[in-house]
Amino acid sequence: MAGLTGRMSTVVKAKVSKLLDRAEDPAETLDYSYQKQVEQLQNVKKGIADVVTAKKRLQMQESSLQQSVVKLDTQARQALSAGQEDLARTALERKNVAQTELQGLDTQVTELEDQQQKLTDSEQKLRAKIEAFRTKKEVIKAQYSAAEAQVRISEAATGVGEQMADVGLAMQRAVDKTENMKARADAVSELEAAGTFEDIGQLGSGEDDIDRQLKQLSSQPAVEDDLAKMKAELGTGARPPAHPSDGPAAPQISPGAEAAEGVPGAPEEAQQPSGNGGQA
Amino acid sequence: MIVRISGEGQYRLADEDCDRLNELEKSVISIVEGGSEDGFADAFRELLGYVRTQGTPLADDDLEGSDVILPPSDISFDEAGTEFTGEGLIPD
Repeated sequence: MAGLTGRMSTVVKAKVSKLLDRAEDPAETLDYSYQKQVEQLQNVKKGIADVVTAKKRLQMQESSLQQSVVKLDTQARQALSAGQEDLARTALERKNVAQTELQGLDTQVTELEDQQQKLTDSEQKLRAKIEAFRTKKEVIKAQYSAAEAQVRISEAATGVGEQMADVGLAMQRAVDKTENMKARADAVSELEAAGTFEDIGQLGSGEDDIDRQLKQLSSQPAVEDDLAKMKAELGTGARPPAHPSDGPAAPQISPGAEAAEGVPGAPEEAQQPSGNGGQA
Repeated sequence: MIVRISGEGQYRLADEDCDRLNELEKSVISIVEGGSEDGFADAFRELLGYVRTQGTPLADDDLEGSDVILPPSDISFDEAGTEFTGEGLIPD
């Protein structure tokens, strides 16, 4: 029989053969292997469910980050129109970090969808092979002597075994990827818990640890661009701070007329601790 | 000759296609051994593409074993490096 002499196919084939060797004694192949095949099918289903769970978690984080982006953008506008540029910059820095995380999550959700599709396809193929094996086994048992049947059934089991091994490899890859994604999701959760994407209305005093870290994390040019754009939109470029004496010591969004001026539809809740933002 | 693309499925190819398949595989391996990722994705895609276009997919309920098994389409350059060169040649 023709075959590749190359290293790649040799290695992959050796891997699959090894998984096959781990399977049961051919003497037991007759009925026992069918039971094993059905068990493997259950494992694949569980694997798919795990991928879906990981994907859902990432999607929930995505939507929560999207809300943060909108909120922080609104707050930056409010702060800017109130002449509080430092506060606006802080909000934009947070928004920038949230947006960066969002892009990463998006790529990973797509990747998990891809894994889910592959596993689903593999499961379908395995199911078809198992069913074919079951039928063939019964036919062979009815037509041949026990010894002959043994040989023929073992042959038929090869195709199923190879598919099982292949699904096993695919599952392993999916598990590895899902683990990576979990690590990523955990990291985003930690940022959330640390208040990274929190409402700037909740900032007590000036710059804190989070802000200092954020300044390192976020790419400054993007933040400055955003700020410049916003200034142009609001036409506040040259406007001095309303209360210079407040300085950087206590940047607070004034809920009153001043902040709302020229910002139609500014959310009322900006000043209030909304929901459980970053409280763990 | 039956070729399986891991994670994807099996294809039946004519025995004459074997030489070309060997060539394509060798070029992927030499890129991996060279250690530079340039051209890896294209060469690997060409190898799998050859199998997909020259081959006829086997039915899902076909019970034949494969003569050749190729890695999954989403294998990364780093994974390929670990699997197919140096120490990684013999799988553990």
